[in-house]
Amino acid sequence: MQGAGPAVCLGNDIDTDIIIAGRYLRTKDRSVWAEHAFEDLDPTLAGRLSGAIIVAGRNMGCGSSREQAVVSLREAGVVGVIAPSFARIFFRNAVNVGLPVIEAAVPCTDGARVAFDLDAGWVEVGGERYPARPLSEKMVAILRAGGLVPYWRSCR
Amino acid sequence: MSTLSERILGAPAGEYVDREVDIAFAHDGTGVLAREALREMGVERLPHPERLRLIFDHIVPANTGTTATLQAELRGYARSAGIELSDAGGGICHQVMSEGVVRPGMVVVGADSHTCTLGAFGAFATGVGATDMAAIWASGATWFRVPETIAVRFSGGLTGAAEPKDIALTYVAELGMEGATYRALEFVGDGVAGISMDGRLTLCNMAVETGAKAGMFHADAVTVRHLADYGLVTASQKPEDCRYERTVDIDLADIVPLVAVPHRVDTVREAEEVAGTHLDQVFVGTCTNGRYEDLARFARIVRGRKVAVRTLVVPASRAVLARTIATGVLADIVDAGCMVAPPGCGPCLGAHAGVLGEGEVCLSTANRNFKNRMGVGGEIYLSSVATAAASALAGEITVPEGV
Repeated sequence: MQGAGPAVCLGNDIDTDIIIAGRYLRTKDRSVWAEHAFEDLDPTLAGRLSGAIIVAGRNMGCGSSREQAVVSLREAGVVGVIAPSFARIFFRNAVNVGLPVIEAAVPCTDGARVAFDLDAGWVEVGGERYPARPLSEKMVAILRAGGLVPYWRSCR
Repeated sequence: MSTLSERILGAPAGEYVDREVDIAFAHDGTGVLAREALREMGVERLPHPERLRLIFDHIVPANTGTTATLQAELRGYARSAGIELSDAGGGICHQVMSEGVVRPGMVVVGADSHTCTLGAFGAFATGVGATDMAAIWASGATWFRVPETIAVRFSGGLTGAAEPKDIALTYVAELGMEGATYRALEFVGDGVAGISMDGRLTLCNMAVETGAKAGMFHADAVTVRHLADYGLVTASQKPEDCRYERTVDIDLADIVPLVAVPHRVDTVREAEEVAGTHLDQVFVGTCTNGRYEDLARFARIVRGRKVAVRTLVVPASRAVLARTIATGVLADIVDAGCMVAPPGCGPCLGAHAGVLGEGEVCLSTANRNFKNRMGVGGEIYLSSVATAAASALAGEITVPEGV
C-alpha cells in the first residue's frame, strides 16, 4: 500500500475534538465532517486536505473515540496520516475506515512532497527514507480491503 | 505470574488474540454510526443481543429535530434487534454499566473512549470505534493486542480535602497525555483498600487521558461488597507477582487539591496556585465525577449557602438522581441555587445544555479540557468535586477546606 502527496504539518497531541468538533457529530451526512475538519484549529485547513498527507506530531488523535474524526479526513481526501505515535482508538478507527496510518518519525515542511510504502515499511521526505513501524497482519488485511466493512463482506 | 490484562485476555503482553466479549455497548452518538456500518456490512441478525446495550447519554433529551430523528431510528433498531436500551434519562453509559452489570474478569468493549472506567471492577474494559463495534455486534468477538502494564502504586491515605479526582490528576500529570499509550494501568498497593468503588471508577475513568487502553483495580472486598448490593456474588482477584513495564509510586498523603489548567489534562497545578481565577460556570457531573458520593460531597459543602456563579449539576444516572432525592442531597443542591439537568453527559462534549461562550471560563469535574471542547473560545479548568463546590460558592477558583 503506497501513497504520495503534499504534506500538511500538525503538532503534538492533536485531539479528536479539534479534528471534528462535538457540535457537528449529529448527522449521517459524511460531507459535513469533511467540510468542518480542523475548523477550530484553522478554518482554511479543510480546503487543503484533498490529496494531502498529514504529518502530525506525537499522540495523534487522542481523546474521544468519535469515528467521525477519521471519516472526516478520509472524506476530505487525505491520502494517509503519518505520526511518530498515535492514540490507539484513532489508529484502529483509521484502519477500520480504510485510511492509511503510518507510525514513523519524519521531518515536515508544509506543502513538501511526502511518499510512503506501508508494505516495504518506509516514508520518504525530501529524498530521504525513514523507517515505518509495520502493522499487524490483521490490520494490513483490513486496510488492504479498504476498511473493516469491505473486509467483513469479503470474509463471508 | 501475570498482569490482570494477561490473565483476562489469556495471553502474554505483546501477543494478538481474538477474544469473545462479554459486554459490548454504544451510545446515541456512536450507536448511529455502528448501525450504519451494520447496514453496509449486510448484517441482519446479531448472534448475542443479550450481551449488547444501547445507552442514550450524549445528547439527552434531544436538542434538535435531526438529533431526535437519529435517536428515534436507533431506538427502533434496538427494539427490532432485541438490544436492551437505556433511553434518555437513564444515565451515562459507563455509570449504567457500573450499576450491577460489569463484573470482575469480564471483557468489556464500549464505543466510547472512557470505557476504561469499568476496569474499576477488575474487568478488561476498553473503548473502540463505531465500525469496530459493528463488527463485534455481528460476530460477538474482536481482536486485541495484549497490552504491557504500568503499575500505579498507592501508599497511605488521602488527607484534608483531597479526593480521588486529585489522585487521578496526579497520575495523569506524572505520566503525561501519551505516557501510557497502548498500555494498561494497574492501580495497586496498600493505599488501594481505602479507595471506595466510586473513587475507583473516577481513577480508572481518566486512564485514557494518559493514552492507556485500560485502567484496572483488582477486585477486592470493596468490589465484592459493591456488587453484592446488586445481588451479584463475586470473588476477589489476587494480585500476582508479575512483570510491570514500570511502576509509578504515589503517596496519597502528599496529595493536595489540584486543578488541570487550559488546555491540557496533564498540565496540573495546585489549586492554591490558580486560586482567584474568575469563573463564569461551574459544572459538576460526568462519567468522572457525577456519582452519588460526588454529589453528596458537593452538597455537604454548599448546604445552607448560595453559589455565586452559574452552577450546573448533572447526576451520572437515574439511580444516582433517585438516591440524591431520597437522602436530601438534591434538595441541598437546589436550595444552594444550582441548576440540575437530567442524567447524562451534560455539556462535557460541548454539544448542548451548558456550552460556553467566547471567553467564558468553566471549572468542571470532567476529564477533558481540550481547547474549544465545551464551546468555541471557552476555557476549561478541571478539578475535584470539593474544589468545584468551594469555587462555586466564591465565584472564583478556591481551595476547599479540609473535611
